[in-house]
Amino acid sequence: MNFDDEPVPGYSLPILPGHSSPGRLERVLRAGKFAVTTEIDPPDSADPDEVLKRAAIFDGYVDAINATDGSGANCHMSSVGVCSLLTRQGYAMVLQISCRDRNRIAIQGEILGAAAMGACNILCLTGDGVQAGDHPQAKPVFDLDSMSLLEIARTMRDESRFQSGRKLDLPPRVFLGAAENPFAEPFDWRPHRLAKKVAAGAQFIQTQYCYDVPRLKTFMAQVRDLGLLEGPNRVFILVGVGPLASAKSARWIRDNVPGVHIPDPIIDRLAGAEKQKAEGKKICIELIQQIREIEGVSGVHVMAYRQEATVAEIIQTSGVLAGRVPWYPGRDTQPESQRTEA
Amino acid sequence: MYAVRRWVVRHSRLFETIYRLFEPVVVRLDPLWRRLGYGRAEAPVRSVEKAVKGFLFDCKMCGQCALSSTGMSCPMNCPKNLRNGPCGGVRANGHCEVKPEMRCVWVEAWAGSQRMQNGERIHIVQKPVDFRLKDSSSWLRVARERSDEGAVQAGEKK
Repeated sequence: MNFDDEPVPGYSLPILPGHSSPGRLERVLRAGKFAVTTEIDPPDSADPDEVLKRAAIFDGYVDAINATDGSGANCHMSSVGVCSLLTRQGYAMVLQISCRDRNRIAIQGEILGAAAMGACNILCLTGDGVQAGDHPQAKPVFDLDSMSLLEIARTMRDESRFQSGRKLDLPPRVFLGAAENPFAEPFDWRPHRLAKKVAAGAQFIQTQYCYDVPRLKTFMAQVRDLGLLEGPNRVFILVGVGPLASAKSARWIRDNVPGVHIPDPIIDRLAGAEKQKAEGKKICIELIQQIREIEGVSGVHVMAYRQEATVAEIIQTSGVLAGRVPWYPGRDTQPESQRTEA
Repeated sequence: MYAVRRWVVRHSRLFETIYRLFEPVVVRLDPLWRRLGYGRAEAPVRSVEKAVKGFLFDCKMCGQCALSSTGMSCPMNCPKNLRNGPCGGVRANGHCEVKPEMRCVWVEAWAGSQRMQNGERIHIVQKPVDFRLKDSSSWLRVARERSDEGAVQAGEKK
């Protein structure tokens, strides 16, 4: 029997020559456009509408949405669940996989499942320690690390086999990403560690929050000198940014969130402002504009935890899209009602 | 012991040299290991290895030693068991995200590798841990693998 209310499936794009995935993010980056990605706050709920609602606030402003995988070691809806719901609507998703909760058997299965559901980008992460989250009594798995995860994902895609050597019938066509933190010790190793990730298979990088532009500039100069931004295996760097809600929350983040470096002048500026939240947005916009000018930066990754509604305004005001409107459901087709009126 | 393992990393070059002299000896003893049987040699060699490396490196007996590629800082002391470098959570003082009282194993590893002759091995991607090898002797495994490789090469020459 046929149902008359079948959902419209998400179609994938054809894979262009030299591309690894049928995804929009890879197309935007390889076309040399300044890309914008963001992070969806996964609900503590089994409600699919909530996921759609939380994604829709980014419509027209981002090229891809990251679905976090138990970020901060807190339990939320799974990244593969969020990706599956949103790829069905056609959104470009970045599936985050952390090594904290699953072993290599589960992870490789998940890569196949997510790719089958239309997730074209995978961000390979080590993951925060369980002590950071709401289940500190949990068993930390860490069977793989981000580097070996990248290598396994690349082998699955390029050599059509599992880590065990067993063949795949159809490889996952995915664009592989990794994280980097240019703002954590040991500073002089960080560019080399990035090179190691590229050697393991990383094609794009999303960095930790950047509040220290001079340090980023130094890092980017070293990355350029290592030749990582050239050739067919080049890497695209998206710099992490985000608005700080207040001086108090900035101090809390600095002291409690591993790996986030917020220099004192930023906190002083927030503390001295009359409207701290507005000042936080302003700082974020200025940071984006400064970051865009750095040679070799391919885009920004806006992480506005619990301030997701501000992302559109931040991107709009920063002007980084230069008039470009990233795809969103319904962008290319006017709604029925408007069409009949016109 | 934490103090000992930090001292070792400060003298990583010395330990690199010691191992470079030590490894061929273990490999050359291959006929002895074979006569004894690798299986029977396992228990006594393992206990010596565990005692020595446990004292010096806080070795966790993963059975696939990577110390020569990690600046003589044992990666299995990283709470995330990272084998390829630090995570993004290293604290501003160079300490561990998970254990704030401990120096990051990989900050130590980087410093150790800078003192070593073949320190650049830290840039090579390490394979994920084979958990079947846990609590087995890494020395005997190296001896067996090297002499097998030697036998294959000798066979090829013929």
